[in-house]
Amino acid sequence: MIETLTTRYTYVVAVIVIAIGLYVLFDRNLIKKIVGLNIFQTGVFLFFVTAGYRTGGTPPIASAGGGPYVSPLPHVLILTAIVVGVSVTAVSLGMVFLLYETYGTVQEDELREAIHE
Amino acid sequence: MSNLLVLLVVVPILAAIVSAVGGFRGRHDGWTIATGALLVTVGLSTAVASTVSRTGRISYAVGGYVPPYGIELVADSLSVLLCVVTATVSLGALLFMRRESHSNHFYTVYLLLIAGVFGLGITGDLFTMYVFFEITGLAAYVLVASGRGGAAIYAAFKYLLVGTIGATFYLFGVGYLYIVTGALNMADIAGRLGGMYGSPAVIAAALFIVVGLAVKIPLFPVHTWLPDAHSKAPPSASAVISALVTAAAAYALIRVLFDVFTIEFLTATPLIQTVLVTLAAGSVLLGTTVAARQQSVKRMLAYSTVSQFGLVVIGISIANTTALTGSVIHLAGHAVMKAGLFLAAGAIASSFGATTVDEYAGLGQRAPILSAAFMVLALAMVGIPPGVGFFGKWYIVLGAVQAEAWPVAVVIFLSTLLTLGYFVGLLERIYFGTPTVSKPTAATDGGTSPPQAESDVDTWKLAVVLVAAVGAVGLGFVSTPVAGFLEPVIEGMVR
Repeated sequence: MIETLTTRYTYVVAVIVIAIGLYVLFDRNLIKKIVGLNIFQTGVFLFFVTAGYRTGGTPPIASAGGGPYVSPLPHVLILTAIVVGVSVTAVSLGMVFLLYETYGTVQEDELREAIHE
Repeated sequence: MSNLLVLLVVVPILAAIVSAVGGFRGRHDGWTIATGALLVTVGLSTAVASTVSRTGRISYAVGGYVPPYGIELVADSLSVLLCVVTATVSLGALLFMRRESHSNHFYTVYLLLIAGVFGLGITGDLFTMYVFFEITGLAAYVLVASGRGGAAIYAAFKYLLVGTIGATFYLFGVGYLYIVTGALNMADIAGRLGGMYGSPAVIAAALFIVVGLAVKIPLFPVHTWLPDAHSKAPPSASAVISALVTAAAAYALIRVLFDVFTIEFLTATPLIQTVLVTLAAGSVLLGTTVAARQQSVKRMLAYSTVSQFGLVVIGISIANTTALTGSVIHLAGHAVMKAGLFLAAGAIASSFGATTVDEYAGLGQRAPILSAAFMVLALAMVGIPPGVGFFGKWYIVLGAVQAEAWPVAVVIFLSTLLTLGYFVGLLERIYFGTPTVSKPTAATDGGTSPPQAESDVDTWKLAVVLVAAVGAVGLGFVSTPVAGFLEPVIEGMVR
């Protein structure tokens, strides 16, 4: 247990970040929900990036001297995933903006009441 | 010939860009561009289908990087079926919109959604699958939000939150698989997983991926976003989202379970199958009982989607050749039937202003052709032969009996009775109900009362709904050859 914590602590941090993100997602405020979604996604990104790490590894640039290199593949994947995450955030903020213009609130329960009226 | 594969994704994306640029210049040619692009994809998917039926599996290495290092696009008879259904259903929904006025940007998003579904159908790589999930998802959120009023935007926001959580769980599971195997190519992972079936990391990966896909399909109890999203979207968007996006997610589940984790893993880990069959049976029972209580016809159809995909997942979790064939046929058949039903409901709403079960009363006299098409589609969905719904369910039940999964067979039988119950209730209103007093004020925003005769129904809408009704029956007759076409691939999956 202690050994896992000392050698694999980055994975533990990733899981804690994921849990915090999921917790914030249950807030009534729509903006906070979007923040939670971002934290949740960041946790998963951290998890991936950690997988590419190796002790004593150098950046995987061929001219920067010999290996061992860290694995560049997870970094590339997560770069794509970050772009996807930004698009999702942009679209969701656009929706919240329209909802605020229509109903004048970003609180989930107030919105639900306003829509059912 | 394998170059055609990549064009399936590229053509709709290029057309989407052309349509968007035209839109920024104030042009209104989105419908024409989209129709052209989708006609091309119908041709492409047919060409790919004929190649696959002659030579079997075809593969394309994106950018010339050889798999498993590069991204691989794969087509076998299963993915080809999804592509052909996607191309035809989306073209049908587009023709339905001929006389509607949408901006070019609406068609851009529509084309991106189709590109995403094609991508899901032909990708051979788990991470690319995530990207296509998000392309499809983002386009679907925007299409739902383009429905009328704030309620549609709120429904789209809920859909976005839940959909993104599902996709991120999927990505988390893929992360576990990547850490365990160091690979992302589906066939490569399947090869490397052999002998690691008991590893907690692999089981965790499978659970996260299954949960992520369960949100996307959607299964009970994470289906809550679906009824609002599917009923608040514009009719043709409801049709493609309900028919294709859900089908693509169920297809992805089949791919991941049988091509990545393989049947050996599923037999070694009964937990996954137990989780799936429980969630699926819950979806079937909840979907049918709640659908029966809906006043809004579109919400009824949306809950019916939940129950029908419960059936599809039951077939997947039984995991024998017959049941899996049934799932795939039901998935394709559901796409045609549910798209047809949503479009019929859209045509009825725009021409007669009827959206609830009560308002459908007496429609049989006012719109005999539209009502007849609705009846054919509804009965095919219940599973009355020779509708395609019968054959899908029949294979699934047969598979359940072969696997001696009696409770599952009982659930399917019960759901068929309940589905029959609510659709017959609706048809009874259409044909034998007395029309409610017409409410001129409750009509459209213009204050004009809706046209009351069938001759006023847009011919394009009527034609598309009729073709869907004919297709729902016609597909029933070809379901045996389709099962034969699928057999080699499905045999290979559940060997």
